[in-house]
Amino acid sequence: MKIAVCVKQVPDSWAEKKMGADGFLDRENVDAVLNDLDEYAIEEALRIVEANGGNEEDGIHCITIISMGPTRATEAIRKALSMGANDAILVSDPALAGSDALATSLILSEVIKKGGFDLVICGTESTDARMSVVPAMIAARLQWPQLTFAGKVEIDVSANKVAITRVTEAGVDAMSAAMPAVISVVEKINEPRYPSFKGIMAAKKKTIETHDLSSVGVSAQSPWSRVVDSALRPPRAAGIKVTDEGSGGDALVTFLAEKKLI
Amino acid sequence: MNRTFILADFFGESATKTTAELATAAARIGEVTAVVLAPIGKGAAMAATVKVGPITTVIVVESADFAKHGVPAMADALSQLVTTHAPVAVLIASYAMGKEISARVAVATNSGIITDAQDVAADRSSTQLVFGGSTTVHSAVNTPTAIITVRPKSVEASTIAVAPVVEKAAITIADSAKGATITTSQPPVKGGRPELTEANIVVSGGRGTDGNFAPVEAFADELGAAVGASRAATDAGWYPHSHQVGQTGRTVSPQLYVACGISGAIQHRAGMQTSKTIVVVNKDPEAPLFEIADFGVIGDLFAVLPQATQGVHSRKS
Ligand SMILES: Cc1cc2nc3c(=O)[nH]c(=O)nc-3n(C[C@H](O)[C@H](O)[C@H](O)COP(=O)(O)OP(=O)(O)OC[C@H]3O[C@@H](n4cnc5c(N)ncnc54)[C@H](O)[C@@H]3O)c2cc1C
Ligand SMILES: Nc1ncnc2c1ncn2[C@@H]1O[C@H](COP(=O)(O)O)[C@@H](O)[C@H]1O
Repeated sequence: MKIAVCVKQVPDSWAEKKMGADGFLDRENVDAVLNDLDEYAIEEALRIVEANGGNEEDGIHCITIISMGPTRATEAIRKALSMGANDAILVSDPALAGSDALATSLILSEVIKKGGFDLVICGTESTDARMSVVPAMIAARLQWPQLTFAGKVEIDVSANKVAITRVTEAGVDAMSAAMPAVISVVEKINEPRYPSFKGIMAAKKKTIETHDLSSVGVSAQSPWSRVVDSALRPPRAAGIKVTDEGSGGDALVTFLAEKKLI
Repeated sequence: MNRTFILADFFGESATKTTAELATAAARIGEVTAVVLAPIGKGAAMAATVKVGPITTVIVVESADFAKHGVPAMADALSQLVTTHAPVAVLIASYAMGKEISARVAVATNSGIITDAQDVAADRSSTQLVFGGSTTVHSAVNTPTAIITVRPKSVEASTIAVAPVVEKAAITIADSAKGATITTSQPPVKGGRPELTEANIVVSGGRGTDGNFAPVEAFADELGAAVGASRAATDAGWYPHSHQVGQTGRTVSPQLYVACGISGAIQHRAGMQTSKTIVVVNKDPEAPLFEIADFGVIGDLFAVLPQATQGVHSRKS
């Protein structure tokens, strides 16, 4: 079974993010990390493979990390490899700077098409763009079944089937499909492992294949959408802080009343 | 005149206030057609509830595939209508399902997409709040149709009553949209409290409740508020996951958000920091959530909340 896991390098969630003059996120001046929601996708892929005979060197069970981003995204990819994925593909091209989700999903699905994968696993959201659309777009482009927001994944290799429970604000659905399929996993699904020392050492020797647009076979896309302008919002003005010495609740009620909230 | 589409939003079989919000925003761009995706035999009844907001036409599509195949089937129906009618904009509610439908319609019709708009202007440009609400961004779409998901409660809904023309469209869902099958469906449990994303006030509890949500619920009920929870509280099983506020939970933007025993991790803030007024009750004066609080009480929630509940109660009587 071959699994592709799509991961993105994103600015650290704790870092202060700013828009650059060009209308794109200023990625130069912030620490970049593996999107933490993608770690759950990697972990789930590892668990699926481990439950089905483990990572085999001959590639019968094989996890490939796929990412689109600047060349320094290899740092995030190494982390994914050190968790236990086998190899990786990075698509990087100056013409891709500022790509929107439609372009990203186009590139990723072209790479996936050529890989002969049975399953694609994504996170539910990248913590920078926060769109939650790329997995659905990949599924639409590949015309593969879409099983997203999975809180539980069950694979039946012999029947070539995947079943999930979809967990969203609209409730919980049980869904199933034949593979190949695209899934995304929510953060409740598992607890991602920390890379072991052995894993970190092994990752250094693993292959990261890099592609540009021409080797993916896609021409540069003019963006479907663009940022017109951006502005920092004024920070929230410092509020009132009281220490409860027996009347904290009453002070709160007075505040709410003054604000006409009650 | 330009034509716009909205995907009508329903709770059960009744159109929600979100439907009126979408229509209000779409009407700035052009005449509004609401698309109703319904189970077989329910279309007319559901369309009849689309009666608030500037909507001139309702297009009803009935299919058993919506419940059976979910997002891809709904997106396929909507894509076919978009291709036929070529609206300049399609507005959809920014929930997980709405975003995924939008994603697939964008691919199918090769249209630019903007998610989580807080506002939409007559020229289809959208306002978004990014980076945890610190930055306002205006975005534009370059294609003939713009697909825009709009955050519930961010646009003031028009309350005009209308009687739109109802049309029925016969659509065959493509096989490629039927790859996954929904075998069982469990709607979220609804208590007597208002819905989280629609509530004007949300009172949330975190690890500081130590599993006892009674004071949080009592204060919420006194205020007519919805109850939220931090991930620490939902992970511990103290409150259902559907009530989790934050990056991987719900995004809420009420008039008043009261956080009790919640430290204020960045992932929690991501779901509540656009609230109009933020109140924090925490016994640790260093809790990071105080930084964005309009009013903070340093104290034990088990003392502060009951007193506040009593205080609100006595002001009412
Ligand atoms: C990928 C990922 C996604 C995440 N998504 C979310 C999300 O969607 N939503 C979310 O909330 N979190 C999310 N988190 C978790 C987040 O990082 C925090 O761990 C979580 O928000 C902490 O919850 P808490 O504030 O209730 O707990 P804590 O951080 O433990 O804070 C508890 C607070 O309660 C106070 N306290 C204790 N007792 C009392 C008392 N008697 N009275 C008053 N105050 C008291 C303490 O001083 C403390 O400040 C996510 C994390 C990751 C890694
Ligand atoms: N540039 C990218 N490279 C690889 N995977 C991506 C990329 N962007 C998004 N994804 C995947 O799509 C998921 C959802 O991202 P988004 O739609 O941007 O919120 C992420 O969790 C990743 O699994």
